[in-house]
Parts: sequence; C-alpha cells; structure tokens
Amino acid sequence: MSSPIIRRAEAGTTEAAWVRYTLIGITLVFLFLFLVLPLAAVFAEAMRKGFDAYWEALKEPDAWSAICLTLITALIAVPLNLVFGVAAAWCIAKYEFKGKSVLTTLVDLPFSVSPVVAGLVYVLMFGAQGWFGPWLQEHDVKVIFAVPGIVLATVFVTFPFIARELIPLMQAQGNEEEQAAIVLGATGWQTFWYVTLPNIKWGLIYGVILCNARAMGEFGAVSVVSGHIRGQTNTMPLHVEILYNEYQSVAAFAVASLLALLALVTLVIKSVAEWRHEREMKAIGNLPPENIKAAPLDLSLKAAS
Amino acid sequence: MLSSSAAATPAKCRAPARVLPGFKITLGYTLMYLCLIVLIPLSALVFKTFTLTWDQFWAAVTGPRVMASYRLTFGASLIAALVNMVFGLLVAWVLVRYQFFGKKVVDALVDLPFALPTAVAGISLTALLAGNGWVGQYLEPMGIQLAFNPNGIVIALIFIGLPFVVRTVQPVLEDAEKELEEAATCLGASRWQTFTRVIFPSIAPALLTGFAMAFARGMGEYGSVIFIAGNMPMISEITPLIIIGKLEQYDYAGATAVATVMLVISFILLLVINGLQTWQRRHSGAPV
Repeated sequence: MSSPIIRRAEAGTTEAAWVRYTLIGITLVFLFLFLVLPLAAVFAEAMRKGFDAYWEALKEPDAWSAICLTLITALIAVPLNLVFGVAAAWCIAKYEFKGKSVLTTLVDLPFSVSPVVAGLVYVLMFGAQGWFGPWLQEHDVKVIFAVPGIVLATVFVTFPFIARELIPLMQAQGNEEEQAAIVLGATGWQTFWYVTLPNIKWGLIYGVILCNARAMGEFGAVSVVSGHIRGQTNTMPLHVEILYNEYQSVAAFAVASLLALLALVTLVIKSVAEWRHEREMKAIGNLPPENIKAAPLDLSLKAAS
Repeated sequence: MLSSSAAATPAKCRAPARVLPGFKITLGYTLMYLCLIVLIPLSALVFKTFTLTWDQFWAAVTGPRVMASYRLTFGASLIAALVNMVFGLLVAWVLVRYQFFGKKVVDALVDLPFALPTAVAGISLTALLAGNGWVGQYLEPMGIQLAFNPNGIVIALIFIGLPFVVRTVQPVLEDAEKELEEAATCLGASRWQTFTRVIFPSIAPALLTGFAMAFARGMGEYGSVIFIAGNMPMISEITPLIIIGKLEQYDYAGATAVATVMLVISFILLLVINGLQTWQRRHSGAPV
C-alpha cells in the first residue's frame, strides 16, 4: 500500500476520497434509521417505566406460558427440519437424477408462500370443516386452535432453511472424500458422521440458528391456526400482539425485548460461524496446492435465498 | 467393496454417483416429508377452490375491497423493493469496497430483519413513527404522517426486504474481477463510466434477483405490516389481512379463493426468481 506506484494503480479501481466518505456516510445513516433505531426502540419502550415494571411483565403467568410454548414449538420444529434438511441435501447434492431441479424448486416453495396462506392450508386440512375435521372430532383430537397446529404451521414456514443452506455447500464440496471413505471400507453412516459432517458443520449451525430464529418468531402462519387462547395457545409473538392491542405497551415490549435478544444472539452466532468458516478456508488456502480441495463458498447468499 | 465398484464400471456416467449409499432412503424421506408438510396441504387449498363455482370464485377475488388490497400490496411491495434495490446496492458496495470502523458489526447487522420476529419489527417501527415516537414527533409538525397509512406499509417492507438485496449482490461484487476495472481505466474510462459500463452489467442479474426476492417477500408479508398499517378498508388493508378477515367471519370459501390468487402469484414469482438465478450463474460463468 505504501508504494506510490501501487497507490496510483489502485486509484484506477477506487473512487475519490470525498465520494467514498459520502457513500459510507449515506449507508451508515440509512442503516442507523432502518436497523439500529427499531432495535433500540424495543428496549427503550420496554424499560420506559423502569426495570421493576419490565420484570413484572415478564413474570406474568400468561407471558411465561407463551415463552414455554414458543420453546416447545421450536424444539419440535427445528429437529424435524434438520433431519429433512440433511436428507434432502444428501440426495440432491450427491446424486444426479431426473426431476432434481423440480425437487429443488419445490423445497424452496414455502419461502414464497405467504405465512397467512400457510396457516390457512392447515385450517382447510384439519379445521372443523376441513378434510380430516370430522374424523378428528370423533376421536377428540384437536389440531387447529391447539399446539399440534402451531407446530405444523411453524414446520411449514421454516421448512427450507436448513436444506437451502446445505445443498449448495455439499454440491461445492463434491463426492471425492465420501467415495474415498467408502472405498476404504467405511459404512454409509460412518462416512456421513466422520467425513461429511465435519465439512458441513458451520453451514449446518448457520442453517439451524436461522431456522430456530424464524420458528420462535413466526407470526402470520401461527396466528391463523392458534385461536389466541391466552395461557394455552399463545406463542411469544402472539402474546406481544395481544398485549399491544390492549394498550399494555410496556408489557408488549418487554416480551418483544426477549425476542429481540434472541435475534441478537442469532446474529452473533451466525457471524462467528461465518468467520470460523472463512478462517478454515484461508487455512486450506495456505496449504501447498496439492492439498487444496474444498471450494470457497459464501454462506450469506444462501441464507438470503 | 471391490465387487461393487467393478459392477458400477459399465454404466460409466452413473458410476461415481452410485458408489455412495443412501440415495433411495434419503430421496424417499425427502419426498414423503415434502408431500406431508407442503404438497398435500397446498393441494387442499386448490381442491377447496374447485368446490366453488366460477361465479362465486370471481365474486370473492374481485370484490372492491379485495381489488383495493391487491393494488396496495402490489404497489407498496414494488416501491419498497425499488428503494431496497438502490440502498441494497449501496450497502453491498460500501461493505465490499471500503474499509471503515465497525464494518464487521454493520455487516452482521444487515441480517437483523431475517432474525428479528416480524411482529417485533412491526410494533417497534410503529412506536418510532407514531406521533409521540422518536422519529414521529419531528415529522408530525411538518405534516408528514408515516404511521397508520400506506407510507407505514412501505417502511415496514423496506425493513423486511433489505437483506435480500444486500446478500445477493455482496458475493457477486466480492468475486468481481478487478482486472476488468483496471483495463477500463487504462483505456481512458472515467470512474463513473467504469461503473455503469463494466461493473453494473456484471452485477445486474444479482441485483434483479435480490429485487424479485424482496418483492416476493413483501407481497406475502403480514406480521410487520398490520401494526403500522392502520388497516382501514380500501385504504391500508393488505391482501393477507383480507384472508384473515374472511376467516374470522367463517367465510372459508372466500378466504380460500383469495389465498389461491396469492398462491398463484407466489408460484409465478418463485419461477421468475429461479430463472433469474440461473441467468446469474450463467452470467458469472459457474456451472448451472
């Protein structure tokens, strides 16, 4: 950087200083207004009447049961989609077969369906007038306006997260390592556990935490199937809505602040996973060329799609 | 082991893939799970629609309130996605090309709309923009109302859609070849000419993909919008809210009909995004 020749060469691929500082300035102001302020407002509104009022709002039994229901929902939905994500990534990334691109598109489908429509389809399946409604009523099973419906709607909305993360990652890594393991006598399960899993672990963590954040925060789909029964079928986001509509602003923002904390933790874990992955890629890059095999990847792109 | 690889040799093109076990079981599980969770429930929607007569369906999806909600949802998503296209490109550019203090934090923060539950974003933006909020108290005296009207919907959708554009453009900018820009400069292009003639064409497919994703997300968005919209019929009522309203009146047929229209729109957008991504990969020279 110090040599004047290099500096002059760089001048061809960058902008004048005032352009740079203006662009950085506009970006920071924009992100401050649209990202930092809303986040700060959640905590400020929650603390408006002091810490005691905040704490009282969180200790309330209805808030507590909403927290529990949210945790249970995520504990069921995330593992289900994790198993699916790994299975789907394995068959889509490691094999060639007819209809593969159709399958990949269908896996993405829940991302583009409106959450409200996602909730509605389960009402049409399991609701009182739905396909299985009469049968369920006969056997005294409640799905809609009960916990199973909430779990199903959450599974639907978070369906593609982990698969979307793993498919491009496993495609980029290719099959050679797994084939070597099989030829050397490993079973399929050993191959997955000792060869594939260490290679995809950061992508997997990334997918799981994003899936978890969405599962805990889903609002639209869950709101259609939940029935809003306080203390029974209210998840945290739904509880926030009820409190807010009852003008209990501090209580609403107190519960919301827990969800905002969850979002911050998610961002931290996500960034750490990204940095660790980059460092591992760099370490591979520093090896002599014959040892290079893993392809570079960008985690964030897949999260976006 | 030896026999299995020997047996696989004749079918040369398929041989390398089939060495790995687990194809049938993973594909079977994937298809079963996909059918149970996604395809069968969505087909319930289609079948329910077919129980309506054409006139019933048409009346349900073209009522004046519903038509107004289409215009609003489409218009607000379009404006928000356009704003995101401009600012998303700017954010991606600044994050890739410039160094400044706190860049890593800013980079991580861009994903906030993915991680923050939509209902939380909704009430927080409302609190900011309402007449007594941090931002609203300065705008109100100037006669600018951003909450409880269509303006608020656009703001909420800008928040929700921003990371889609940034995260699709960012990796493409990172991979862009500096040699091309150096060549352009050597050939006498100004920096602006280099941007519009060299850099912009190479990121245009990614930018359009991000735009389409932000637009698609905006069309279906519910949680963040309903708090800030004010939800007045004909003025600030979005289409997903129409479905909820019909459901609350036990008008399942009407809700289904409108939901089918939305499902068809999301199918079309999904195909458009897929096409754009294929174009983008071909553009960057990577295998499709």
